[in-house]
Amino acid sequence: MATGEFAAHAAHAHAAPTSWIRKYVFSLDHKVIGIQYYFLALTAVFVGMILSLLMRIHLIWPTATLPFLGEIKPETYLSLLTMHGTIMVFFVLTTAPQGGFGNYFLPIQIGAPDMAFPVLNMLSFWVTALAFIVMIAAFFVVGGAPLHGWTGYPPLSALQSAGPGEGLGADLWVISIALFCLGALMSALNFITTTLDMRAKGMTMMRMPLTCWSWFITAILGLLAFGVLLSAGILLLLDRNAGTSFYVPLVTINGQLAGHKGGSPLLWQHLFWFFGHPEVYIAILPAMGLCSQLLSVFSRKPIFGYKAMVYAMLSIGFLGFMVWGHHMFMSGMSPYTAFAFSVMTMAIGVPSAIKTFNWLGTIWRGRLRFTSPMLFALGFVSLFVSGGISGPFLAQPVLDIQLHDTYFVVGHFHLIMGVASIFGIFAATYYWFPKMFGRMMNESLARWHFFISLIGTYAIFMPMHYLGMAGHLRRYSQLTELNYLHGLVPLQTFMTYAAFVTIAGQFIFLFNLFWSMKFGKKASDNPWEATTIEWTTTTPPPHDNFGGHMPVVNNGPYEYSVPGAPRDYVMQTDPPLAKAH
Amino acid sequence: MDLITTTAAVDAAGVLLGGHGSPDHLSADFSARLRRARLGLIVALTGVVMIFVSFSSAYVVRKGLPTLDPQSGTLVHDWLPLQLPSFLLVNTLVLLVSTLTMELARRQAAREALATEISRSAVATTSTSPKEAQRMPWLALTAVLGLSFLAGQWLVWRELAASGFYVSTNPSSSFFYLLTATHGIHLLGGILTLIAASAAYFWRRLAESRAVVVDITAWYWHFMTFLWVYILCLVKVAH
Repeated sequence: MATGEFAAHAAHAHAAPTSWIRKYVFSLDHKVIGIQYYFLALTAVFVGMILSLLMRIHLIWPTATLPFLGEIKPETYLSLLTMHGTIMVFFVLTTAPQGGFGNYFLPIQIGAPDMAFPVLNMLSFWVTALAFIVMIAAFFVVGGAPLHGWTGYPPLSALQSAGPGEGLGADLWVISIALFCLGALMSALNFITTTLDMRAKGMTMMRMPLTCWSWFITAILGLLAFGVLLSAGILLLLDRNAGTSFYVPLVTINGQLAGHKGGSPLLWQHLFWFFGHPEVYIAILPAMGLCSQLLSVFSRKPIFGYKAMVYAMLSIGFLGFMVWGHHMFMSGMSPYTAFAFSVMTMAIGVPSAIKTFNWLGTIWRGRLRFTSPMLFALGFVSLFVSGGISGPFLAQPVLDIQLHDTYFVVGHFHLIMGVASIFGIFAATYYWFPKMFGRMMNESLARWHFFISLIGTYAIFMPMHYLGMAGHLRRYSQLTELNYLHGLVPLQTFMTYAAFVTIAGQFIFLFNLFWSMKFGKKASDNPWEATTIEWTTTTPPPHDNFGGHMPVVNNGPYEYSVPGAPRDYVMQTDPPLAKAH
Repeated sequence: MDLITTTAAVDAAGVLLGGHGSPDHLSADFSARLRRARLGLIVALTGVVMIFVSFSSAYVVRKGLPTLDPQSGTLVHDWLPLQLPSFLLVNTLVLLVSTLTMELARRQAAREALATEISRSAVATTSTSPKEAQRMPWLALTAVLGLSFLAGQWLVWRELAASGFYVSTNPSSSFFYLLTATHGIHLLGGILTLIAASAAYFWRRLAESRAVVVDITAWYWHFMTFLWVYILCLVKVAH
């Protein structure tokens, strides 16, 4: 709070820093903070990916002895999946699209010199970074990392003695989540205030690029959702350490009474999923905005149905808060309640379909340029549809009772929330890398990366739907002990080999990223011939983004192939278009 | 010319005082900062509201929840009504008074920003300086009242503990400690800001900057008072 108030002072013109620490570590510049967020997410995604690799190895060779780790025990497998989920959801999918690219490009795209509260912005990054360090520390304490999954259901998550990893490791997990919530709340405050208050002259809300709309709506979701998770985390911490019984009912562990009584495990589920479902949209909305942007740029056509896109995102955000109960169909909820949640959930299919058809309408008969960002944007649409189509199945309470806690759910959310959003991050990286680092990324390496990633992720996650329908439950660490799963082991083996190839493909990206920073082709100010404001400024942008003058906006964000215009694109800052067309 | 600048400055103060001053006339920088800070505060308070909404819904759910009694094997209600110390009323009164002094401090800071603006624009024509002698230390007084409230809350906790209600004794006491502590931490943030703003007066920081900080701290403070009354109603309804 207090920081936000004082940060207001610095909002106008903080001078360009000269010392190395102020420039690269404790920087107030939204561009540096954006890059810091991006590299935090990049570190996190490789940690999360290694964890998933270990899980895949364990699933098909459960007794293998691994270098450094030895044999993976069932409880280790559970802590791997907990940490994989937590790190990926919070420190990658929430951090990179919003904290990374949002921080870097929201102010530039709306024509502002910086975020509204730069000190608060710096603070939100460092709190998030601290949260990541605390989370990683959970691996290295007695008992290791927690076992309770990224959803942290009590009583397992609320009792110190519930298993190895549920002691100090779980405490660190809760503290890390609480810190992350604080960082996310501060960041949401900044994004909302910046969007509402710092737009350049002529930049009306309905002239904002859809990327800005998506960051803005994501920030609103974050503001409303992370406070609830923070509260839930505080209650969990009290149950764990102060002997309260918010969540823990009368339970015995190994015949011993745990000392709690009367708490409701379902209370956690309600609070958690009231956050958890909007969180899904926090991860995917920025990718949607970006995809809309890229499809328009590389089809050389205006986005199909700009207003419909905005209203679709707003209604997805709104409905996202009404559907948390569909994660709890198995909790014994009343069939009437389940029905209401089910209908609301399927209603989200409508704005989602509007967006999908608008994307198709945008590329329809466009002059497509198959650059690497465009490929990833198209990949995003493909994954969004493939992952989304299983949504209406899971939204049926009756079907969900069959499919709940099976690999079907794992396949569903990895495609739509995980990989689709990751494809958005990749697309953003290839698209904005020239502006951020002044050089182009290598296009052939990017193509290899794209095709390996697309085919690889389908090979990993599509078979999961079949596993789920065959009744294969998730979170099982050892498949060789259960007779009915024997027939499914070949499919699991195939998925593990697919994971090897896909993960190897990600190192192409990593190499391309760092190699291109040093040796890539020099980028011009507007290499993609795009219209939005970030392409009017120099590459990379100066400290105040525009070198002393403030942009004035005359046109909408998607003026491509305008009849009679001298070029096939009209920039937002170009002289106003005649109203005739 | 004097008249025009004075009008502009009066407008500036009008915005701060909650009047209908038109922002077009003021120093653009000042009014923009004020608007941005207030917008940021509204957004921040929305986040705070969500935290208390979560606690409230947990409170209501847990209060109505029957639990299994292991002896009899039946469902019972285990919510013990809390004997709230009457000292809470004194605390409430202190906080209500503090919200008044906070408002006076806000108006004072606005007037000082206005006076600075006038003296800056009229420095060539008049030599009168703002009266310093009769300046009431409203900010400091508010901070002291806020600290007294927190000290009072501490006494309330001591009294509850003395009567056998600890954090883990019963859900009713767990929630009481949780709600009061969360509110207290939020109020402490306000107090720290007030202390910083009071210190800024002695360091001769710009009156306008101080006015912005004091303004949004005041709205924050009013909200904390309102929140306290709400919490009190929530836990009182339990009886």
